[in-house]
Amino acid sequence: MKAEPFVVNIGPQHPSTHGVFRLKLSLDGERIVDADMVVGYLHRSMEKLAEERSYTQNIPFTDRTDYLAAMTGNLAYVLAVEQLAGVEAPERAQWLRVIMCELQRIASHAMAIGTFINDCGAWQTPLMYMFREREKILDLFEMACGARLTTNYMRIGGVSRDIPPEFMPAALSLVKELPQRISEYEGLSIENEIVVARARGVGILPAERAIACSVSGPMLRGSGVAWDIRKAQPYAAYDRVQFDIPVGTNGDCYDRFLVRMEELRQSTRILEQALDSLPEGPVNVAIPVAIRPPPGEAYGRIESPRGELGFYVISDGGPAPFRFHIRSPSLINLTPLREMSIGMTIADAIIILGSIDIVVGEVDR
Amino acid sequence: MPTRFLSGPDVARRIEGTLPGAVLAAEPQWTEVQPEQLVAVCTFLRNDPELDLVFLCSLTGVHRLDHFEVVYHLQSLKLNHLATLKAKSWENEEPELPSVTPLFSGAIFQEREAYDLLGIRFQGHPDLRRLFLWDGFPGHPLRKDWLGMPGQRMSGLQGFPGEPGFSNEGRG
Repeated sequence: MKAEPFVVNIGPQHPSTHGVFRLKLSLDGERIVDADMVVGYLHRSMEKLAEERSYTQNIPFTDRTDYLAAMTGNLAYVLAVEQLAGVEAPERAQWLRVIMCELQRIASHAMAIGTFINDCGAWQTPLMYMFREREKILDLFEMACGARLTTNYMRIGGVSRDIPPEFMPAALSLVKELPQRISEYEGLSIENEIVVARARGVGILPAERAIACSVSGPMLRGSGVAWDIRKAQPYAAYDRVQFDIPVGTNGDCYDRFLVRMEELRQSTRILEQALDSLPEGPVNVAIPVAIRPPPGEAYGRIESPRGELGFYVISDGGPAPFRFHIRSPSLINLTPLREMSIGMTIADAIIILGSIDIVVGEVDR
Repeated sequence: MPTRFLSGPDVARRIEGTLPGAVLAAEPQWTEVQPEQLVAVCTFLRNDPELDLVFLCSLTGVHRLDHFEVVYHLQSLKLNHLATLKAKSWENEEPELPSVTPLFSGAIFQEREAYDLLGIRFQGHPDLRRLFLWDGFPGHPLRKDWLGMPGQRMSGLQGFPGEPGFSNEGRG
């Protein structure tokens, strides 16, 4: 006797979907036979809106795509416009960009790791530990630009303002205590039976499938591909800092989790160097408010906490972009979700989705 | 070594060596190929050991008022270079282009997005449905003539306040 598959909808309102995201699973008994996702609940048509706003007015949109990593969103967009307009940011701004992006990466990965352990079943406590460090980073952002989440800090040709005098001591003391905190997290979670039993061997993504699916960021590195845009195409001042690219071996959820954990350490390492070598000088170059880049196109990309974040901007010589496209890593990293989920159970699908680390604002835009 | 950008003529020369007649235009930044040959060209670019363009970074649909184009950014992870490919459709109501999903699974959602927002139909896509908008949404909003504004384009931002000829008329 053949039974119809049983369809279970997870979300759009569900704590494990990390936002308004709907996962439609077809089940045969316990096993998933098909998975489909429904997105668009948070679609704000940013690409259309951007065509009606000047290049500078579009910067706040980039805060609101990936709202857990606004600084990296800002940077990817201004890099694309700088490429288009032929503007170069001064040295101090380049280093400030590195500092802000690495702080942002730590804050974002802390959330990713915290919610992942939460999904595994270690309810709330590890997440609250992660929030402790994230709060300090958000305080630093507040010092630098007045906002904690929607920072709107980067500008075409630099950053919006210089850091205040109280920023450096606070940042240095944070960087000093981070290695100890990271060891604390590792001690709590890496050997933790809850995490290991739920995540190891689950959601395996082989390297060749990861590349075919255009997966990027910790997910690609978890599958054993040492690919990081900070190394491959250094932007800002990344060509002057030393760091390693952590890679996984099995490509399962546990490896992706380990890669993020190690990236916390590497980001701390970058921060130490960047805070040490921050030069004096101006933080932006004067560009006209009414900037009209010459006709052309540019693809600016960076390594955001979630992967390759790219902005493809076309100018027709007018005051607003002719086309403004966001290559969002969150959406593209969801491509292998179906093939990773088939044959697993619902509980595994939750872990797999957690290990992808999506931000629905960026999926839907 | 930072990413090397393969110039359009360079890529065109290599494609022409294997697939004569496939290239339509080569600009410094990009290469335009025949839509019918798109899958063959991508297969060649992916499998050729000197090019090794295995990673589809990004796929973007653009409405250029009189035609549609799809822009492919292809990356080699081993050789660390990037090439930009374009394919155009001059059909204005129901533009059609071949799908690259058989080669790059990463195009599945990106082609669905381009279909949803621009109405480009990708032939051979396994599951071409709207991605963000709901079924029955009127039209494809990223088209420049969506809403049928005069001049076949949304009024948009024509200038900056204080500039001669600036008008705020028609802006939402």
